[in-house]
Amino acid sequence: MIQDILKYQYLQYALITSVLVSLVAGLIGVIIVEKKQVMLTGGIAHTSYGGVGLGYLLGFEPLLGAFIFAVTAALGSNLIKNRMTGVSDVIIAIFWSLGMSLGILFIGLIPGYPPDVTSYLFGNILSVTTLNLVLMAIITLIVLIVIVVFFQDWRAHLFDPEFTTIRGKRTKLMENILLFLIAITVVALIRVVGIILVIALLSIPAATASLLTRKLHLRMILAVLFGLMFTIFGLFISAYTMLSSGAVIVIFGFAVYIITYLGTRYLIRVKKVEAV
Amino acid sequence: MSNLIQINDLCVKYGKIEALRDLNLTINEGEYIGIIGANGGGKSTLLKTILGLTKQYKGTITYNGTTLKKSNLSIGYVPQTNELNRMFPITVEEVVLTAKIPLKKSFFYRYSDEDHKEVNTVLEKVGLSKIKERQISDLSGGEFQKLLIARALALNPNILLLDEPTAMVDIKSQKQIYTLIKRLSREMTIVMVTHHVKDITKQAGKLIFLERNILAEGDPEEVYKYAYLKPVGVLNREPRSREVTRV
Repeated sequence: MIQDILKYQYLQYALITSVLVSLVAGLIGVIIVEKKQVMLTGGIAHTSYGGVGLGYLLGFEPLLGAFIFAVTAALGSNLIKNRMTGVSDVIIAIFWSLGMSLGILFIGLIPGYPPDVTSYLFGNILSVTTLNLVLMAIITLIVLIVIVVFFQDWRAHLFDPEFTTIRGKRTKLMENILLFLIAITVVALIRVVGIILVIALLSIPAATASLLTRKLHLRMILAVLFGLMFTIFGLFISAYTMLSSGAVIVIFGFAVYIITYLGTRYLIRVKKVEAV
Repeated sequence: MSNLIQINDLCVKYGKIEALRDLNLTINEGEYIGIIGANGGGKSTLLKTILGLTKQYKGTITYNGTTLKKSNLSIGYVPQTNELNRMFPITVEEVVLTAKIPLKKSFFYRYSDEDHKEVNTVLEKVGLSKIKERQISDLSGGEFQKLLIARALALNPNILLLDEPTAMVDIKSQKQIYTLIKRLSREMTIVMVTHHVKDITKQAGKLIFLERNILAEGDPEEVYKYAYLKPVGVLNREPRSREVTRV
């Protein structure tokens, strides 16, 4: 296995990608799970398909198109939500379906044979290019700096944004920064698990970590480690079996979540019995 | 008694719904004001507008004669608990410490010994110092309310605004919270929104009966009688007079 990594560049790229996406997915995943924004993230991910289609149609990097669509969907949905109360799930649904429809339309408009977009929809960690890697490295760096450096502010904001507003913090700006980070994280994850499975890589490591610790920073660290475990497992299964990396990562992650859940339930029950 | 907050002709609308209409109110230093009224009568809106959370309003609000930013007024706020995520992974001490994060230059902020000391002092004041390491998901309703009061106190406020601090709390905890607020009223100005009319009537120095605007204000016993002799909860009716009934 190690020999293969040393020998093949695509495996080296895939391994570096696993580390990068685990970092962003762990940090942002815990935030979206705590903030109950998993469905919003799903909406942003699916909207980005429009950008992938546009990239193919106009001949530029599809991930750049995904970036533009994801950021527009994230900030646009927040803007509309702030002006119209009580319609957030409807806005998510509209962006979600509009993005997918545009993607299908743009790809249909491409003359000749349509391109193979399977790797964008379902992910293929083994097909990461140098440009993809550079983009993911930049995204990881941005997410890492913004979350870690201002960790105390984020914790206060996530618990009670109203209180941080009263204190004089620029809560609306923080909210938009957070949505921007979610959007770029989605873009970083597309090559690994695909648009359809992005929310799984964001929510499963975070949810598994939440079963094991009740400290926010430890949840983030554990979510990063779980993400790393899932992606590396998916990478090697995919490399040796040619199965879709995204599907393998998600199914393995789900299995780990279930085992962790049952394990923690069992330990709680044992402790209760001992206490009696 | 100096004038801390002066509200003139305050109108707040949420779309077409009028939450507050032509409201005039003076909050003086050292006052303990209770606000009662039916649900949807604008009580929480009034507190949120004072705090600057509601930006769209007509009328004027001055704080020590100037704007909120320019005034040296520190306002503590205890929100309704149903607005918060009780399962959030954070301890009692960490919640109160959030009041100590500096407004600027908060990058890589580590709480100082002074921060911990001040937080411990307020936790002792509200009776939570022994459970400061506990997660908020393990707190009772009463303990959680006391925690939110402690966080507000950590700002060293001149004035404390409380929005239904005894809602969804058992009777024993309600009494403890009222005793705590009574004690705090000797140190700072208190404005409390509540549905526990009898309790607030016994404690407050002034009671306000609010339904979009102030229908009655003054001596708590008299306002209580006024409010409960009239039909409460009919929000669509016009107030009998634009003049506030001072009783």
